[in-house]
Amino acid sequence: MSKRHVTTTIDGEGREFLCEDWQTLLDVLRDVLMKTGTKEGCGTGDCGACSVLLDGRLVCSCLMLAAEAEGRVIETVEGMAEGDRLHPLQQHFLQEAALQCGICTPGFLVAARALLAQNPDPSEREVRFWLAGNLCRCTGYDKIVRAVLAAAAEMRGAEA
Amino acid sequence: MARVFLPRSLAPYTGGALEVEVPGETVRALIAGLEAAYPGLAEQLSGRLAVAIDGDIVADPYLEAIGAQSEVHFLPPVGGG
Amino acid sequence: MSEKSTEGRPLKWVGTRPVRPDGVEKVTGRARYGADFARPDMLWGHVLRSPHAHARIRRIDVRRALELDGVKAIVTGDDLPEIASEQAFVGEEPTDYRMLSQNVLARGKVGYVGHAVAAVAATTSAVAEEALRLIEVDYEILPHVLDVLSATADDAPLVHDDLCDRKGVKKNPSNIANEIEMGHGDPEAAFTNADVVVDRSFTTQAVHQGYIEPHACLAEAGPDGQVTIWCSSQGQFMVRGYTAKLLGLDLAQVRVVPAEIGGGFGGKTTVYLEPLAVALSQRSGRPVKMVMSREEVFRATGPASATRIRVKIGATKEGQFLAGEAWLDYEAGAFPGSSVAAGSMTIFAPYAFEHARSHGRDILVNKPKSAAYRAPGAPMAAFAVESVVDDLARQLEIDPIDLRLQNAAREGVQSSFGPRYKRIGFVETLQAAQEHPHYDAPLQPNQGRGVAAGMWFNAGLQSSAAVMVNADGSVSVISGNPDIGGSRASLAMMAAEEFGIEYEKVGVRIGDTASVGYNDVTGGSRVTLATGKMVVEASQEVISQLCERAAKVWDVDVKRVHWADGKAKVLDDEAIEPLGLAEIATGAARTGGPIQAIASGSVRGVGMSFGVHLCDVEVDPETGKVDVIRYTAFQDAGRAIHPSYVEGQIQGGAAQGIGWALNEEYVFDDSGRLENSGFLDYRMPVASDLPMIDAVIIEVPNPDHPYGVRGVGEAPIVPPIPAVVNALRAATGVCFSDLPVSPPRVLEALDAVS
Repeated sequence: MSKRHVTTTIDGEGREFLCEDWQTLLDVLRDVLMKTGTKEGCGTGDCGACSVLLDGRLVCSCLMLAAEAEGRVIETVEGMAEGDRLHPLQQHFLQEAALQCGICTPGFLVAARALLAQNPDPSEREVRFWLAGNLCRCTGYDKIVRAVLAAAAEMRGAEA
Repeated sequence: MARVFLPRSLAPYTGGALEVEVPGETVRALIAGLEAAYPGLAEQLSGRLAVAIDGDIVADPYLEAIGAQSEVHFLPPVGGG
Repeated sequence: MSEKSTEGRPLKWVGTRPVRPDGVEKVTGRARYGADFARPDMLWGHVLRSPHAHARIRRIDVRRALELDGVKAIVTGDDLPEIASEQAFVGEEPTDYRMLSQNVLARGKVGYVGHAVAAVAATTSAVAEEALRLIEVDYEILPHVLDVLSATADDAPLVHDDLCDRKGVKKNPSNIANEIEMGHGDPEAAFTNADVVVDRSFTTQAVHQGYIEPHACLAEAGPDGQVTIWCSSQGQFMVRGYTAKLLGLDLAQVRVVPAEIGGGFGGKTTVYLEPLAVALSQRSGRPVKMVMSREEVFRATGPASATRIRVKIGATKEGQFLAGEAWLDYEAGAFPGSSVAAGSMTIFAPYAFEHARSHGRDILVNKPKSAAYRAPGAPMAAFAVESVVDDLARQLEIDPIDLRLQNAAREGVQSSFGPRYKRIGFVETLQAAQEHPHYDAPLQPNQGRGVAAGMWFNAGLQSSAAVMVNADGSVSVISGNPDIGGSRASLAMMAAEEFGIEYEKVGVRIGDTASVGYNDVTGGSRVTLATGKMVVEASQEVISQLCERAAKVWDVDVKRVHWADGKAKVLDDEAIEPLGLAEIATGAARTGGPIQAIASGSVRGVGMSFGVHLCDVEVDPETGKVDVIRYTAFQDAGRAIHPSYVEGQIQGGAAQGIGWALNEEYVFDDSGRLENSGFLDYRMPVASDLPMIDAVIIEVPNPDHPYGVRGVGEAPIVPPIPAVVNALRAATGVCFSDLPVSPPRVLEALDAVS
């Protein structure tokens, strides 16, 4: 039984790994590459905890085969900060107390990042519908939405 | 003597009495007093218990002090989630 | 008022909103949760689960599975010690060790679809799963029961034929595992004097706590008999206690290291995987990691009980409640221990009743064993009572908040569960709701407004905390409670307040079972209150020591030394330069050694928390869809240490209650198999389902806590269900007595009326 050899870029670094044909990208991130920042909540693409960016596009890594990462660019929550400089989304999540247990937070941060890359000035409604693919059981979403809107405003202001 | 209120489920052990006056300076002493008045009752009051002493709900209360005029209610243990 | 109360003292940290100490690691993905651990030579464990709701296990044959390359160990019920019936003292819900053991791994028979029958450890997850398919189990299928009515029928098949009472004596065979009755006065007679009597029956379905993190653990049993478990749970001491008991180990042999926890809400105050992982590790000689799939979480972990509740309330035409009586039947699942006792206690608790009685029954059915879910037992009870109070308000033509104010529990009132209330904040919370602009805001067609109240006791239980001063003047706090919702921040704030130092100078760590004194679980709304109290006490003890050391350094009488603004000062001599933490700690070796203190106790002075929620809904008459368009939740927090985290508890509890009311339910087929074992069809609220949830914190300080804290973690889930359903009633004119009020049900009810 031979494994597949995959070469890809993850969080800005060239990475290689061996995987089975049936392993998902989530399995490989967590159990082979030991990048446990991306979480598994359901394994069926319903909770968004495993969200990553694939060539800039928001996907559930539990629904993608690891082999599909060949030659692609993957971004996880672990690449969002630059050294000890947090991304504005991360900073606002902290300031707005947009996390309680924190398990859904990586997924929300990646999803919100994808939203703001596409739509830097979303309305509350647009934020809520974009993030409808990410489940949170602790916060009731109120502070998460506020944090995303605040980060968006800061990011727009920084560019102005 | 403290006034002790027992849960209704224990009525069979006390012949129906649910409010009794019992001497005792601690919960443990109260239970001993209850056993003396109603043999077999102590067994029902063993295990995880909560007690309200003058309105204060206390878990694991055996050594809690009881005042001469205290009102003591035996409650099912309630934790949370 | 407690002698060291802070009421009236100007506060620097308490009441502010600093960033939590564990925040950065959580937003960068560095925080480690239960499934994030690995050890060299680790094996993966999986569980074989029963496909039948009720069956005797005639034989389990694991030979073919053991022969599979990569399989290193298999355990079945026969491999675990036989446990005698004994009430468990470690967790929170009423638990019997024997039943817990049987739930973790079936003995002789299975009680629900999904019941664990065997566990396998193998070199990869895939091999372990394949091994499960090779285990042969010979079942003798038995008849099953799936609901209260069939379980209590005369000829019902018995879920257990060997139920014992607390002395281990066998009870009469029945699926009614326990009964509880409480109350005072004579309601039956009092009803005859009432001008109005409302008597209604309600049903609710089983719902899951819905934590996003599935159960996970890693266990390593060494050749010396020492066991280490890394897991996420609501209490590492609970995991240690249960695991040791179930496997016949000494507590001292087991060390449980708490991972960060991805939600619990009560569902993680028990064990499912840990004893299996340890047993597999012992047999294989290697670490074993086990992680539940989402499907397993739904099929095999405990939901909140499905219920049937009948409530009868009689009142005078002026609106005074005379009598209340309630009958509560809660599904316990395949093992006894539902939350019916707490439901029976809370059901009439918000109100003053001259006559009150509740009858609760714990009913066995062939479904997963129920587990605690945030104010366990209370949300269903509140649904029933608050719907009836809403009816009374309509019939009597009294404003629904006025009716509640008129009958509100307050200090001195005898509660329906026995004792008289001490200082509580229900009236203040009702008044805040009535005075809020939401209460009178205009509504559009197809919209309606509902109001409802609820309460929860809060637990005290046992906590320990250690506080140490470091040579750089920083303070280390170690507690034993997993941080589910920002409690590290609150503990750090209280310590910073006591010492008079910067918040950033306080580090809070959560210790494993070998490194900190015993702590009961994180749950019961108790951590900020009880563990907070211990942190305050330990801090105050350390401050005494700091003053003594300063007195030695200055060679003055310690009575002249006091602590203020983060320094030791001499009362009547300003010439003596004050000494701060760093200065005193640096010289500690000369003045008596390291400076630290531990405080522990069985914490008293708990207090209760009351909440009132206002909900506006809009109904689509063509689809039956109900949207929550505005929501305001009022909660008495005593004192909010960190308001953002108090608001967070309120908002989170409200969201869970909204989901429970509108969409969430377990759907079983006739064979007892759960049909909706995933997040697609077990429909929890998402961001687009909800509006902003306005959380209004009321502060009626708890006189028995140094900062006036009341626990708030659970009470917020109690009012939302009736708030939503009362709003739906207002919007449609139709009474709903069965949950969830999902679109098909709403549409059917609307069509029936028109």
